[in-house]
Amino acid sequence: MARKLKEVDCVMCGFGMVGAILSRELLKAGVEIVALERGEPRSTVPDFQGPAMHDELRYSVRKALMMDAAKETFTFRNQASETALPIRRLQGFLPGTGVGGSMVHWNGQTYRFPDFELRMRTMASQRYGADFLGPEYTFQDWGVSAGDMEPYYDRFEYLLGVAGKAGNIKGEKVEGGNPFEDPRAREYPTKPMKEPYGSQVFRKAAASLGYHPFPQPSSNMSEPYTNPEGVRLETCMFCGFCERYGCEHYAKSSPQTILLPVILGARGFTLKTGCRVLRVNLDSGGKRAVSVTYADASGEEIEQPAKLVIIGMFALNNVHLALLSRIGTPYDPRTGHGVTGRNYCYQTTAGVNVFYGPDHHVNPFMRSGANGTVIADFVGGNFDHSRAGFLGGAYIGEIMTNGRPIEFHPTPPGTPSWGAEWKRAVVAHYAHTSNLNVSGSSIAVRQNYLDLDPTYRNTWGQPLLRMTFDFPDNDIKLSAFCTAKAVEIGKAMGGQQVTGSPRKKPYTTTVYQSTHNTGGTVMGSDPSVSLVNPWLQVWDVHNVFIIGASNFQQNAAYNPTGTVGALAYRAADALVNRYLKNPGPLVSA
Amino acid sequence: MDKISRRHFLKAASAAAATPAISAAARTRTAEAPPAPHSQAYTFLNPQESSFLVAATERLIPKDELGPGATDAGVTYFIDRQLGGAWGAGERLYRSGPFREGTPSQGYQLPFTPAELFRRAIRAINTEIASRNAAFARMSAQDQDAYLTSLSKEKRDLDGVPSNVFFESLLEVTIEGYFSDPAYGGNRDMAAWEMIGFPGAYAEYYDLVGINQPYRRKPLSLAENGRGRVHLMSMPMSTLPKKAR
Repeated sequence: MARKLKEVDCVMCGFGMVGAILSRELLKAGVEIVALERGEPRSTVPDFQGPAMHDELRYSVRKALMMDAAKETFTFRNQASETALPIRRLQGFLPGTGVGGSMVHWNGQTYRFPDFELRMRTMASQRYGADFLGPEYTFQDWGVSAGDMEPYYDRFEYLLGVAGKAGNIKGEKVEGGNPFEDPRAREYPTKPMKEPYGSQVFRKAAASLGYHPFPQPSSNMSEPYTNPEGVRLETCMFCGFCERYGCEHYAKSSPQTILLPVILGARGFTLKTGCRVLRVNLDSGGKRAVSVTYADASGEEIEQPAKLVIIGMFALNNVHLALLSRIGTPYDPRTGHGVTGRNYCYQTTAGVNVFYGPDHHVNPFMRSGANGTVIADFVGGNFDHSRAGFLGGAYIGEIMTNGRPIEFHPTPPGTPSWGAEWKRAVVAHYAHTSNLNVSGSSIAVRQNYLDLDPTYRNTWGQPLLRMTFDFPDNDIKLSAFCTAKAVEIGKAMGGQQVTGSPRKKPYTTTVYQSTHNTGGTVMGSDPSVSLVNPWLQVWDVHNVFIIGASNFQQNAAYNPTGTVGALAYRAADALVNRYLKNPGPLVSA
Repeated sequence: MDKISRRHFLKAASAAAATPAISAAARTRTAEAPPAPHSQAYTFLNPQESSFLVAATERLIPKDELGPGATDAGVTYFIDRQLGGAWGAGERLYRSGPFREGTPSQGYQLPFTPAELFRRAIRAINTEIASRNAAFARMSAQDQDAYLTSLSKEKRDLDGVPSNVFFESLLEVTIEGYFSDPAYGGNRDMAAWEMIGFPGAYAEYYDLVGINQPYRRKPLSLAENGRGRVHLMSMPMSTLPKKAR
């Protein structure tokens, strides 16, 4: 029998970016909060300091900041006809753990999703007809538009101090920005990052082909910045240890550098680390949450009653907790019915290597997590898909993040993987190769989904989350099309050898591709195909809000964090200004 | 503008702190400096295992005019410490059964920790070669390469470990030892970093970004803290809003 604590106003499941934003907004409204975080407390000092932080083996290869797969992992299979097996070692994607969550080890690439992605079912049908792809494709509208999201994107970008160049302010096109973007209210809070040499070459080449290059929006700082919370960030030094690392310089936006100083120690706020939430307990009718049960670091089970439960963990863990708590009807791929676990999507990434001769010094180690130059000419609705035969697209950019040599030592195709010839190729190409990212969208299909595994369990005896996923044909076509465009740019960059690797089936967990797992607790205006309403409130359980990339109906080409942050502020707005005054469903189903 | 950027502040701070004894120029290794003693010993590998690994890793990364081979870089000492430590014991590895053979997409599904995997596979390899009255370390380079290639291309059973799985693990850990920080026992004298031009644990390149020129500064290891740039303050007060101070 779990020890039962005194009821609090709100329990926050997970204390990363979503937990920090919601805590800040609810604390200001006088709500008493207990935040439960499975990992360790982490601070810029001493936890992220150099030179110890600059250790590729410990942080990139052994994955020191990530979820501990010895305790809990996911099972995986490509098809429902296979037996899912545990991902025994994290490789393909890397959920973080600890205070700050995955936003400690992210790169800071901070985009807005276009209207076309948020209203894909409607807009694709209008443009290409309702049957363009076929019935197995289950992409949907999210129940929000780019216009609905703008004030919240704006607020999130100013919290982070995003460095960038606007392309469209209130409908006026602005030179140097992304000409395809939906209107924004104002310029980015800080100027664009310095443009690395390889990105300069990309910019010229892309422009010469008629494309529209712009600086990648970055939450690494281009200059010192004090955010609206009064917290100050410093200039990024391009140290080349960003993704998979915490920032020693106070130069990457993370909960530690943008919000925690005004939350930790605030009246009404309690943070408990080492506490793994096991389930949300519903009342007998299943219509209201009464408490959460968690295991503390010593293993003791504790029940925390609460009036309001916010689930803001890594996307896959949001789905896991919903399934374990019997929140929503589990999705069944055979019938297409059910919502929890529905529309699991990923990111369809590909790469192009541009091998130069010895006169081009790319110096890959002088980079930041989010820097460089991209084009959006092949993103979302920015081009005509009718002849291409697929939906979605990719942004293409020279946005290298590092030259850490255990994992980065590019060699041309045909080079042996070991021996004297391999060594010669590594030496010849290490400092003289640009890598282009082809970051492709991921469309929802009926057969890709999440549920509970029947066999494998975590260290607390609960079933692991089971992932059933392979790349839809749509996304394989998308990757081939967009990678070919990137190869053309690479040739225009003057590469002696340019090699493209479009994404192929099957999806494999053994090679890092992206940590952008999305869907499973999807949002929308239609409760038959969404677990949460457009304010991220569970349709059937009004005092539970689930917030994260798990809300995405399908994943866009762009990186997800900007959209998760905007969704968090939008949910906070609804909670503070509507729900707290009159607790109940914000939308009638 | 009364704001002083962090970069300028740090430049000033490091200039003020620079004395001849710790300046980068004075710390640069000179021809007269005695070589650092390598106080290394195997604490996990037995002589049969280390003998195989010394010879095999040297074929994976051979010594040549460009730079050291795996042996001179200390890669086998790196492997010894990794296998004998937390990683070798299965750190961050999900180890609950049932164990089943999976598809290639499903990744590693064997019950062995890295230490168990290496120990079993090398014992099987040494037994296999001994049955031909030979030893891997005494084979010609050509025969060694042919043997390693057969491990990589086949899935033959090495006491429960498919040979291709062992080969991939060996190649991975060899590259890790060659390119990781010397504090872990490999990449001796940072020679592998110097060979490719990776500067190691430095913390800033801001001024050099955007310029097409070679980078020639000597690399920096975690072990050389004194040459690195470290924070002078435990928590810059400027990052805290007034109400939180």
